[in-house]
Amino acid sequence: MLNIDFAELEEKISNEELTFRNAIAKEAIKNYSSLDFPNNKDEEWRFTNISQLMKHDFRFISGSSDINRNDIKKFLLGEIFKYQFVFVNGKFIKELSSDVRTQNIEIANIDTAIDNNTELFKKHFAKYAKSKVNYFSALNSTNINSGAFINITDNSVIKEPIHLLFISDFKRKTLVQPRNLFLAGKNSQATIIEHYAAFNDNIYFANAVTEIFVGENSTLNHIKIQEESRNSYHISETAIEMERSSNFESAAISFGGEISRNEINCKFNGQGCEATLNGLFMLDDTQLHDTHTSIDHAKPYCNSHEQYKGILDGKSRGVFNGKVIVRPNAQKTNAFQENNNIILSNEALVNTKPQLEIFADDVKCSHGATIGQIDQDSMFYLKSRGIGEETARKILIHAFASDVVKSIKVNGLRDYLENILELRFNKEK
Amino acid sequence: MMLEIKNLHVNVGGKEILKGIDLIVNAGEVHAIMGPNGSGKSTLAQTIAGKQDYEITKGQVLLEGKNLLELSPEDRAREGVFLAFQYPIELPGVSNTNLLKTALNEIRKYRGLEAIDTMEFLTLIKSKMKLVELEQSLLSRAVNEGFSGGEKKRNEIFQMAVLEPKLAILDETDSGLDIDALRIVANGVTKLKSKDNATIVVTHYQRLLDYIIPDFVHVLYNGRIVKSGGKDLALELEERGYDWLKEDKELIAG
Ligand SMILES: Nc1ncnc2c1ncn2[C@@H]1O[C@H](COP(=O)(O)OP(=O)(O)OP(=O)(O)O)[C@@H](O)[C@H]1O
Ligand SMILES: [Mg+2]
Repeated sequence: MLNIDFAELEEKISNEELTFRNAIAKEAIKNYSSLDFPNNKDEEWRFTNISQLMKHDFRFISGSSDINRNDIKKFLLGEIFKYQFVFVNGKFIKELSSDVRTQNIEIANIDTAIDNNTELFKKHFAKYAKSKVNYFSALNSTNINSGAFINITDNSVIKEPIHLLFISDFKRKTLVQPRNLFLAGKNSQATIIEHYAAFNDNIYFANAVTEIFVGENSTLNHIKIQEESRNSYHISETAIEMERSSNFESAAISFGGEISRNEINCKFNGQGCEATLNGLFMLDDTQLHDTHTSIDHAKPYCNSHEQYKGILDGKSRGVFNGKVIVRPNAQKTNAFQENNNIILSNEALVNTKPQLEIFADDVKCSHGATIGQIDQDSMFYLKSRGIGEETARKILIHAFASDVVKSIKVNGLRDYLENILELRFNKEK
Repeated sequence: MMLEIKNLHVNVGGKEILKGIDLIVNAGEVHAIMGPNGSGKSTLAQTIAGKQDYEITKGQVLLEGKNLLELSPEDRAREGVFLAFQYPIELPGVSNTNLLKTALNEIRKYRGLEAIDTMEFLTLIKSKMKLVELEQSLLSRAVNEGFSGGEKKRNEIFQMAVLEPKLAILDETDSGLDIDALRIVANGVTKLKSKDNATIVVTHYQRLLDYIIPDFVHVLYNGRIVKSGGKDLALELEERGYDWLKEDKELIAG
């Protein structure tokens, strides 16, 4: 069990009237209490040892931070986006954010959205994440404290990317629980960037849940950048519910944290859906990253395309588990999955596992996994052209990561990531 | 002397492949190395370029008097060695332009020169592309990825043209080329030839030597140079094959 004191929260809830928020928290505390802290006997956590989380006393958020516009500049993606939402230490910073409520798009602080509790919000909120079975998603619902509600209305095309920036600057061990709900209306189109960053190396625990509803015939592009503090923990569930003929394209880029995990659950709820899930993680030292994807082909004529890549140095650990379920009636399914890893040291390790559960017969599913080192022949080729060891290495790592980075269509973001890659592999080996 | 190889012995995978090579190449010369499959031609070429895992058990390789064997592959390239690979590797995700610009700048840095400016670089590669008749579009593509056999070979010569080496070693750059591609490659090489550089062409076929006239032809056989001669030797080899040299060699080995 995590060392979190719920007493105060429970007392507060029982003393207040049963608002929507309190009802969710109450239910979540119940779920959470019934679930066990994941351990290695749990198949879903077999290679991901998170026991060190229990060594810390994390507290719920309190206090504020005095971060200003200048401080966050380095996390802006080359340009100031029209839709910029900033959270610092779990608090929505109005002065650093753009307030948007137009005919086409509504972006609100999740707290406000919970309090407003519109019909639309209620219809989708807490409906997709696996809070009943996922320990951390249950925990998230007990005490939600930052995040955005984004609603792209039917037929709206939002050209500018929406940048959600979650910055941590905690002075003590804190549990921060971002929670997002994104709705893409019928025939709509948008790009949402979920960006986690930190100002220092402090220890904290970010436990995030994002629910995404991709409406009929809409196209949603979702990019998650996780560059949390080196000593932090980041665990997240992203639950995607897709309606008929919708498109979901995603890239999850992870560099930060001592331990991080992305659980991505994608469900096709109608025919003709297309999901492209890309990811890249880069680890060093004792870092651990785990990507668990699950794609539920519940309906026929849907395509899923997954490509996850890992770059591991030091004594780091990588885990990839890719589950694909093809339900009995989901004929004409195409599911493609690939996980490629490159290991730069002798002590880094990757565990990768495809998990295909196919109950329909007219389907095309493929999967592949590779774990390898930098190719020596490629190194020799570059060196024979006068390129030094260090640069050659960098070029090849870059090349390995490039298809994931190139899949990102937001120019400023791509440059931002290229720059991180550049810095990350610039050290002498 | 551009290149001097003295009694070079090389083991690959624990087996002796080169068994005492002696070779002298002067500036302004073209040398052809011929020999049957597996005789050690590529091993020699790659040893000069500095391939790792090749164990040099004996001998010396000097470039303008400088001991190459103690230099890293990249430093050899910076000193002016260039190897056009027999089987150029594909590098997905690495653009041709990026490779060339990085290479050129690392070489310049080694020689105490400033990085080339972008305009100058573009002008340079444009003119060199013409030389090997490469499509402009190949520049932005990944190195050799999806290139035809001929394009890969031309790309090697293109890189050589940009990097302007002192010593170019072309390992079967002519193999697998149709006659047009062969002419283009050979023309490129000929145009790059000067009194200050030297070229070693490894080949199986006399036809390349109709375009690139060698000053010397050497036959590498079972890890040794068993015969050297002028350009006529290539014609003789084309006619008679290598078997007659086998007997010769046995005589030599005695
Ligand atoms: N890693 C290795 N371990 C053992 N033997 C090797 C290794 N690599 C190459 N060889 C052997 O070395 C010998 C020389 O090979 P090399 O490639 O130099 O020949 P080559 O003259 O270039 O032949 P070709 O005309 O076919 O290109 C061959 O017998 C080959 O099998
Ligand atoms: Mg060869």
